[in-house]
Parts: sequence; structure tokens; C-alpha cells
Amino acid sequence: MQRTREVGADYFHKVVDCQWACPAHTPVPEYIRLIADGRYADAYMINWKSNVFPGVLGRTCDRPCEPACRRGRVEEEPVAICRLKRVAADNKGDVEGRMPPPVSHSNGKRVALVGCGPASLTVARDLAPLGYQITIFDGETKSAGMIRSQIPRFRLPEEVIDEEVGYIAALGGIEMKFGHRIDSLKALLAEGYDAVFVGSGAPRGRDLDIPGRAEAAANVHIGIDWLSSVSFGHIEKIGKRVIVLGGGNTAMDCCRTSRRLGGESVKVIVRSGFEEMKASPWEKEDAMHEDIPILNFRVPKAFTHENGKLTGVVFEVVKAEYDERGRRRLVPSGEPDEHHECDDVLVAVGQENAFPWIEDDIGLEFDEWHMPKVDAASFQSTIPNVFFGGDAAFGPKNIIWAVAHGHEAAVSIHKFCQGQDVADRPPPGATLVSQKMGIHEWSYDNDVSNDLRYRVPMRDKAEALASVRLEVELGFDRELGLKEAQRCLNCDVQTVFADKLCIECDACVDICPMDCITFTEEGEEDDLRGRLKAPAVNLTQDLYVSGKLPTGRVMAKDEDVCLHCGLCAERCPTGAWDMQKFYLEMTHAGGCNA
Amino acid sequence: MTYILKPQLHHPKLPTNSLGYTRRDYEGSVSTLCAGCGHDSISAAIIQACFELELPPHRVAKLSGIGCSSKTPDYFLGNSHGFNTVHGRMPSVLTGANLANRDLIYLGVSGDGDSASIGLGQFAHAIRRSVNMLYIVENNGVYGLTKGQFSATSDKGSKSKRGVVNTDAGIDMVSLALQMGATFVGRSFSGDKDQLVPLIKAGLSHKGAAFIDCISPCVQFNNHNGSTKSFDYVREHNEAVNRLDVITPRDEIKVDYKPGETVRVQQHDGSVLSLHKLNELYNPNSRAQALGYLQARQARGQIVTGLLFVDPKAGDLHDAVDTVETPLNQLNEHELVPGQTALARINQSLR
Repeated sequence: MQRTREVGADYFHKVVDCQWACPAHTPVPEYIRLIADGRYADAYMINWKSNVFPGVLGRTCDRPCEPACRRGRVEEEPVAICRLKRVAADNKGDVEGRMPPPVSHSNGKRVALVGCGPASLTVARDLAPLGYQITIFDGETKSAGMIRSQIPRFRLPEEVIDEEVGYIAALGGIEMKFGHRIDSLKALLAEGYDAVFVGSGAPRGRDLDIPGRAEAAANVHIGIDWLSSVSFGHIEKIGKRVIVLGGGNTAMDCCRTSRRLGGESVKVIVRSGFEEMKASPWEKEDAMHEDIPILNFRVPKAFTHENGKLTGVVFEVVKAEYDERGRRRLVPSGEPDEHHECDDVLVAVGQENAFPWIEDDIGLEFDEWHMPKVDAASFQSTIPNVFFGGDAAFGPKNIIWAVAHGHEAAVSIHKFCQGQDVADRPPPGATLVSQKMGIHEWSYDNDVSNDLRYRVPMRDKAEALASVRLEVELGFDRELGLKEAQRCLNCDVQTVFADKLCIECDACVDICPMDCITFTEEGEEDDLRGRLKAPAVNLTQDLYVSGKLPTGRVMAKDEDVCLHCGLCAERCPTGAWDMQKFYLEMTHAGGCNA
Repeated sequence: MTYILKPQLHHPKLPTNSLGYTRRDYEGSVSTLCAGCGHDSISAAIIQACFELELPPHRVAKLSGIGCSSKTPDYFLGNSHGFNTVHGRMPSVLTGANLANRDLIYLGVSGDGDSASIGLGQFAHAIRRSVNMLYIVENNGVYGLTKGQFSATSDKGSKSKRGVVNTDAGIDMVSLALQMGATFVGRSFSGDKDQLVPLIKAGLSHKGAAFIDCISPCVQFNNHNGSTKSFDYVREHNEAVNRLDVITPRDEIKVDYKPGETVRVQQHDGSVLSLHKLNELYNPNSRAQALGYLQARQARGQIVTGLLFVDPKAGDLHDAVDTVETPLNQLNEHELVPGQTALARINQSLR
């Protein structure tokens, strides 16, 4: 196997599983250390720079980082990364002085952003300090798009949204036009903007066209529209018996909202099996905690009604069958159909993109699924000065993806406006610095905590269910936040090996608590993986391989379960092992690496 | 020195032995020796050997004297019995313990100072009495705790870190053990666990006095050019005479070599030592040949390693003095105080 070389920053970045998994590549271990140190404002600013909405995301993120977390591989559960982000946001104090000063110059370029959701706001955040004149259009009366309209207030208080949108608005050069729905891209382009960014989301909730839909229409609601009406205060009540159709996170928000608006018997009924539901496991847990049963393998067949009023839903009971390729098919189970009585139905069976406002004759091409053709790296459409991002670009995802898209689109817009090639992407900034402070002292706490994941304190159930505006999660307090932060393994503090210094004394092999290190004969990767001290079976994790050592062997380290405890470096007599902090920061628009 | 505890987390696929223990369960506290010390590798080899032999930790007694090497029993087998004796007096304490409780497995750990200088007499006598034990000398040829003077096992002509040449003859612990009648003698190197772990396993399962001289470079004071106990020197001059596999009665016999290349030796406890010959002329069943071979190779500057001598039919001190089968602490009052009639019979036999 080839010696592991410093081939760009990717090798070490991949070792930091959480950061690698995060679409915005937030430097997670760095901000967790700052939280442990009580430096909440510093932790917040790292997040703010990277993901723009730490307070919002600390409550609502889909957390791709957590399933990736190494702690989940060496113990039972990952670090509660998402809720630690909230600890930083809750305890940061006044950070206004740390924000970029309001822009005082204009670069003469005008950019229009369609929709005021997370993708557009990220573009605005990145471009405003560079002197762009930005106009954001949104059909709603308030900012933040789906963050405000679709996420219920009991999960995300409005103050948090207002605060974080406020930081962006304060950058200057941004005009937000609410109640101003763009209904013609052609007309918008005619206004002579240098660039247009479309961040209008996936605003259409899918309907369920089954018998009885029209007759029972008064009591059958589209999930995201209904949530939005609740958020804006247009709906304050729902029937006592509610059925939510669908198994995604929107369905979970619908059922939990129903419980707070008078729903006493609320059920989620889903086509698929419980395990395959799209909702995050923790969201399902939270729903069930609020006495909401989830019934699976039931396909809705018809709405029943009497005198023009909904009476219930008939379901066919199905089971899953798998063909030889492992593809699932739902087939009738043979059991009799079930009728579930209810007063209201919320349909949360998916969202769609809709671009009725984009004309056919302006040169913007769509693909076979009626999605705009958008470059996956630059987010540029087939009209060079029109860019897409967030759900509008590649269909429904979540906030953190929208933010990541926004950053990339902002880079493209800036390059485009400077007359540069948008295909030329700026590399991230990366540093690798030794953490050695003394003979056995490191600038990070290398003593691994044995604590299991802490649960986030919740408001008492009866109290929480009484109001749709009362936040149900109380969040970690500082003490719990510290304990949870200590569970982080500091994967960004890398084990760096210097072949030339090694005397092959075996000290690192002997001390390593995870059997990561082996000195062995050189070989191809497959062969090498099989004869390490503990076979390296997780192929998604790299091997770190040295060059040939004096005895003709090589050092091979399996990165999979390394605790980054630094004991290899502490027990190394020659300093061949060193613990070096790898800090990677994505390059945003106008960044110094651009 | 490391200030933190070794994390309790371990590899998710870490195997367990038939007792339900992982290798990590045989560890002790974190070493306070210098980083890179050969002794730590020997501790790791002992841990591995005890795990593979599936020894119940509470059936092992580890005894040591004074010195860097004698500190190491703190760093392995944290759930076993231990005794740190006065300097050089480990062999007699071990002998006493063994006589009192023959059911335990005795592991004596010592260094070149503890065994070749102050405790040389103790060492020799424990060996010649065939005390059932494994006696490991962690031999670095230097007094590390007192900052680098030559020890009694430093070779003549070897250079100290400060450039002084040793003018005294070195004591060869292996030859000494052979002459004193040890029934299992091996030599190994802390930097070669493939060789060391099976030797420790074989020594622990041997009945009688088993001795291993383990060269263990002192990274602080004896790992320089001119030293004959440095990593580089030992690797360059190492001449292994055989490779050992220890097959316990539980194991399946898997590894096999062509006939004539392997010697099988069955020990008292049923374990089989499968010796793959690296030097076809070397015969580990002959004490006299072993001594001659060692002398000849030593004169050429080579360090002979491997299982150098084994007498699988050896007896031990208990056989010689005909002690009771039951450990003394398990004898009851009836057995210990047999009464007037028994006393009269004994007295009568002595008249």
C-alpha cells in the first residue's frame, strides 16, 4: 500500500467524521472544546461563520454529523452535537460586537434573491459584506421561509429566528421585500440584476387523491400549508380525533402540533414499515412520548364522510416483500381493511418543487423531472446569471443543506460578478498544528470521558401540550453541556506519524487502548486490513500507512476507532507520533483562499 | 510518564477468552516508566500471554524486587496477587510463597541489577532448588534508576551513553541459569513479541524453574551507538534458533511444518511446545550442547534467542521435599494438629 501522503486536506478531514458529514463542514470538535471551556460566544461565532443559524440549527438540524460521530462506533451513542450547538447559542451573551460591521461601501453590483429562506439568507450573509446591493423577495409577510412557516414554535421559538435573521439584516445593503411574490422570472431578469438567486424552496405539499377527498375537503388539510397557517396564527384549533398521513418529519410536526391544538386522540398512519419511515428517529421518539401512536403498513384507500363531513379514513393493511435485488414492494396482507374514525386529517406525504413562475422561453432548461438543470458544484443554471440553491435546486432536503448550497452559490455569484470562472472552486483553508505543550501535556483535554450520552431535559408533558408556542425542550444547562461536551473525542486532533523518527520500540502499540496501531510487513490494502492487530473491517475509514521503517516493516494505523487520546504520542520516546490539530474552514465568497 | 488513565473504551471487536475476559482485563495501571521503555513491551507480552493461556487473574502471584523492571508488576495483571520485596530478595519470598500455596502460578519479575548484582545468590539458589515459577529478567544492561551506570550484565567493551568503556566481564544470565539447573531456559527481546509471547506462555505452563532472559533496551540510558543492548544492536545481532508455538490442550493444532523441521515437546500440564527449527543443528533438549552453542555464538558477538533448553519431565521443589498436596492455607485444624498419638509416632520414628 502507498504511504499516506499529505494529499490535500481530505485525508485528515475525513478523520473528523462529524465535520466530513456536515454539508457545511462546520468545525465541530473545535466548537465543542470551546463550549467545554465556557467560551460560548467563541463557539457560537465558529458556528455562525459556518452555518449561519446556530440557534435555529441547534434545535432543528437533521444532524447528519451524529450518525457519523466516532463515539457511536466505540460506545453506544454519538455526542449530542446538535444540542451542544444550542448550548453555545443559549449562553453566548451579546455577540453583536463580533459581527461584521455594517457595510459602508457598495461594489455596484445588484443581486436579487427569490425567497427568504435559509439558502437565500446564507447568500445574503456571504455577499452583503462584499458590498453587494441585495434585494430579497418573499411572498410571506415575514422572513426565514420554511424555518418560520413549517417548524412549529414549540420546537423553535420565534425570537431565535428573529435574532439570527437580524444579524444578517444588520450587515447592511440588504433590502427585504415581504408580501412580494415573484410571479415571473422573465420580469425579474428584465430589472437588470447582475445575478439572481432562486431559493424558493419546495413549497407545494403533495395531495392525496383518493375517493372522498373532495367531499371531505373541509377537514382534510395539506400538512405544510396547515403548519404554516398555525405558525402565522391563522389556525388555532383542530378536531379531537386527528389522523396524520405520512412518515416524514413534517408528519411528526403535524401530529405534535395537533396535540397542542385540541387533538386528544392523534395517530400517525404510514404506508411503510416503522423502520423505513423518513422521519429522524428522535422525532419519532418525541411524537410517541406525546402519546401519539404510529401505525405502519397501512395504505389509505378512501376518506369516509357523512353529510359532507369527514368521518374517517379506510386503510388497506399491507406487508413488505423484497425481491431478489432487495427492492421493497408493499403487497396486500390479506387482512380486512381498517376504518379509523377521525375529525380531521393532515396529509404529509411529501413536498414538491413548483416553478410556475419560470417562463419556458427565457432559456432556463429543466430536466425530465421538471427540475431546473443546476450544476452540482456551482449551482449555476443554464442562464449564466441565475443560480439555484436549497430545496429549489435539488428537491426537498433540510436547513443545513440549504445553508451549504447558499455558501457555494454565493461563491459562484461573486466569481460571476467579478468576471471569473465559476467552475474554479476555491479550496478550503486548512492548518495542522502540534498541540504539544510539555512532555506529556497537550493543549486539549485528552482524558476520555466514560459518560454515556446525556438526555436533553424536557418540559413537563402536560405543561408542554398546553401551548403550541411553549418550547418543549429546555436544552442542556451549562453543567450538562459541559459533561456532554467532554464526551467528544477531539477527532480533529490528529495522530501524525514521522517515519524517520521511529525506532520501532512498540510503545505506541502497547499503550493504544483501541488496538489501532500495527507494525507489519508491507502489503496491498486488502491484505493489510486483514492482518492488523485488530482487523480493519470498516472500509469507509482509511488506513494511515507509513513508509518503510528500518526493519523493513511499515506502521499501519486503522483510523476507524481511534480515540485521539494521544497516548501513542505520550509513550513515544522519539516524538515520532505527535498530536496535531487539523482545522478546516470552508472558503466562503470573497474569502482569502478564493 | 503519563498522567491520564488508559481509557476504558476498547476495540468493539476485542475478543474474549473462555473466562469471558478480554486482553484489557489483564492490564494493570498505566506505566510510569520512561516513554518507549522496553519493559513496557514485556508487560504487554505478559498480558497477552496470560490472556491467551486463559489464566484466572486471581490464580497468579507476581513478585518482584527493586528497580525499573521490578516496578512493572504494577502495570499488568491488576487483579492478581503481588509482592514487592527488598532489593534482590524476590527469589526467597517467592520460594516461601510457593511452599505455602502451591496452587498459585508464580511469576517472578526482576532486572539485571536485582538478579545479577545484589540478588545473584538468591537467584542462583531459587533456580537450583527448582522452584515452580517463571522467572523473567528484564535485562537492559544499565542502572537506569541511578542514571546510567553499567550493570553486571553489561558486556565487556560496551560503551556507556557518556562514552565510558566497560572493562568488567558481563554476567550471562542464560548460562548461569543453565548451570544452576533451570529446566526451562529462554532468551528473547522486548522488541519481538512474536517470539516473546509464546516463550512466556511456555514458561508459565512449565513445571519447575523456568527462566527467561529478556533483553529490554533502556531508551534513556542504553540505546546509543556502542551499546550492546540497544534496539539497533540487538536487531542486528539477534540469532533466533527456533520459533515456538504453544498449543494448550484446548487448542486445535493448526500450524504445521514439514517433518524434521518441527520438534514437539509435551509438558506436564498437557500443553505442547511446537518448536520450528530455524537452526537445524540446535537441539533444545541438551543442556551441555546449549551451553557450548551459547559460548561459541557469544564469542562471535551474536545474541542467541529462542527456547534454548527445556526438560519437559522436570520436577519441582515440592516433589523434592515431599510436601502435602494441599496448600497450607487450606489445611484444617484436624490435619494441622493430628494429636498425641501422631506425635508419639513421629517421636518414635526419630529415636
